[in-house]
Order: sequence, then structure tokens, then C-alpha cells
Amino acid sequence: MASRQAPDAPMERRLAAVERVLEVRAHDKGLSVDHTMEWQDENLLAENGAKVVARAWTDPAFRQRLLADGKAAIAEFGIGLPAIQRQVYVLENTPTVHNVIVCTLCSCTATTLIGPPPNWYEDLEYRARVVREARTVLEEMGCPVAPDTEVRVWDTTADTRFMVLPMQPPETIGWPEDKLASIVTRDSLIGVARLSVAGG
Amino acid sequence: MDGMHDLGGRQGFGKVAFAPKASPFQAPWEKRAYALRSMVSQLGVYNIDEYRHAVERMDPRHSVSAGYYERVITAIATLLVEKGVTTKAELEAIAGGGFALSHPGAGGRTNAPDRKSFQRGERVRVRNDFVSGHIRLPGYIRGKIGVVMYEGPLTPFPDAHAHGLEAADEPTYDVRFRSEDLWPGGAESAEIHVAVFQSYLEAVA
Repeated sequence: MASRQAPDAPMERRLAAVERVLEVRAHDKGLSVDHTMEWQDENLLAENGAKVVARAWTDPAFRQRLLADGKAAIAEFGIGLPAIQRQVYVLENTPTVHNVIVCTLCSCTATTLIGPPPNWYEDLEYRARVVREARTVLEEMGCPVAPDTEVRVWDTTADTRFMVLPMQPPETIGWPEDKLASIVTRDSLIGVARLSVAGG
Repeated sequence: MDGMHDLGGRQGFGKVAFAPKASPFQAPWEKRAYALRSMVSQLGVYNIDEYRHAVERMDPRHSVSAGYYERVITAIATLLVEKGVTTKAELEAIAGGGFALSHPGAGGRTNAPDRKSFQRGERVRVRNDFVSGHIRLPGYIRGKIGVVMYEGPLTPFPDAHAHGLEAADEPTYDVRFRSEDLWPGGAESAEIHVAVFQSYLEAVA
């Protein structure tokens, strides 16, 4: 690697150097990393996806709107998509279909519904394997899929995003919406976890 | 480009390092890098396709050994140098050490002049294109036949947009493949849905 002569500076220092050379430009546009971080903490939340799921479980008309046009339906909650994310498809898990999402080329995610992706979603192992051996990968991750259930893997290769609509645990039928939202996990929105209430 | 980033279907990897409800960030600098990337995208120095291509252009050994947020910082720094915002020497002086950047890239290409519209249910073949610049086509579907499920939103053609060429908006199609067709005899049974730009597709005769 001829281009890498000096040992690389630690990541914190490389990050700080990039920040430094952008300081004036950012200031001129009224932007800062701290403010961006605050905005992300308030807006990039799996709790958003959880609220949408809880509504879909309790309101059949909303569920239909959500499956037909995800972007318009989440706007009913005041949830938007970043400019480059042009649409979101909501993928309904059923007893016969299990959906799971990935981005094999980088790590694209519906961040306003799922939050920043976890490291394992960005790792080479998940991106390489889940398209080719989804059943083994899901089993290893604690989410085995029955042999007669169809697995659908969605590769986020363009600027459409995906969110899984997990199955509602039967014992939660009749719960109020906010209590339902509290059991919906980020991992279930990616499609690598099933929801239950007993013992979390 | 057929780079290290194009991972779908590659073999030899171990288990996914999964922990339920894992934090997205392993260190404070990773969270800061995530915010920095979002902030820089609002400065108008480069677009999303240029950014993705800068990640893809990392030296293969650097790319696979770096974590996600090292790839993020490397790509941003590479573009800031290429766009004349700073220099490698300046970044290294401030960082107090080396600052490996991505390699220069090849040229891009414009939208396919003979691209066609497709209907839901239509069978399509992914063109057998080998592109040295940026492309959003995972190699595992190249030359394969699938079925159009949905017409997705209009998006600037990334192969041009990443290279400063005129990038017309075109639809992306959700195309359904069978894993058994993508890797005959070498995959577990599944439907694989890929969002495919119109220019990457041709009709099946």
C-alpha cells in the first residue's frame, strides 16, 4: 500500500482534522456538528417506527395506507424522510412470510423510523451473508424461520428505504397503542427479531 | 466498480457479531462522525453518489480492515481534498499523523440511451455491464433474470451523478429474484428483492 506511508493518526484525531478544515464553511451556513447531533438524537429514533407499527396493529385503515404509501402514512405522525430517501416500503410479516432488510453495498437504512443502524448491520458478515444464507443467519441471530415460511430479503441498493412491520404478539391484542409501541424493538423493524412479551 | 464494498453473496465470513438492541455507536467519536457526515452533506461540497463512490475507492486492504465510521471519515476527507477544500498535508498536520485517503477513480457514464419502461409482473434481465466507475448494481444480480414488482421513485442516475456528469432522473424498479437463480445450487431458499435503476435493465425477449 504505497499510499499509506506514515502510520495513520488515531480516528479521533482524523475526525477532528476534518472538523477543523470545515469550521468556517459550516459556521457561514449556520451549521455545527453539535447541533446536528442534537437533531439526530431527537429525530433518528426506532421509537418512531414503533409508534407507526402500533398504529398499524390497531387501525386497519392506517395499515392499508402504510402498506400502500409509506412516506405519506408516516407523515401523519410528523415523521419525514431525509431528502435523498425518496420512499419507504413497509414490509408486512405474516405467518407465511418473513421479511428482512440489508444494504449489501453500504449501509442504507430508514433512519427516521429505525434510528442509526447498529454496527452489525454495517459489518461485512451481515451484508455478505444475509442475501445468500438468510435462514442460517437469522437462526444464528436468534430468529429462526420455519422451513415452509417464505423469506424475503430486501437489498437497499437505491434510495427507497424499507421497514419491516413485525407480527403482533397475540397476547397483546387489545392493548392501548402506547403500550404496544413500547414492545416494538429496532431489531424487529430490521427483521432479525420476533416480538414477544413474556420475558422480553 | 467491482470493489470490496460489493459484498452480497461473498463467502468465508463468520457469524454476525450480533447483540440484541446493540448501541449503534461503539465510541463517542463514532457518534460524532455520524453527525459530521450529515452536517457536511448540507454544505453542498459533494453529493451522496460522490460520497458513496469515495467509500468504494478506498484501498481494498484498508476498506476491509476499517470499521464503518473509519470508512465514513476516509471518504469525507478524500472528497474535501479532491474538491480543493483542503490538502492531505494539511489534514495530516492537524491530525498529527498519517491520513490514508481513497484512490482516484475511473470515469463515469450517463443514463442508458435505450432504457425502457417496465410493467409490474414483467420479466427483466439485468444488463451484463462491467463499469469501472460508480454503479449501484450489486454484482450478484448481473446478467440475472427477475420480475418487476413495483416502479420506485425517480432518482438521479448514480453512475453519472457520482462523476459530475449530467444525471437524468430515472425510475428504480423493485425486482424480485430467487436466490436459487442467483446462486444455483449454492444458496438457501429466499426471494431477493433489489432496487434496480432503469438503465441497468433490459427486456427479456
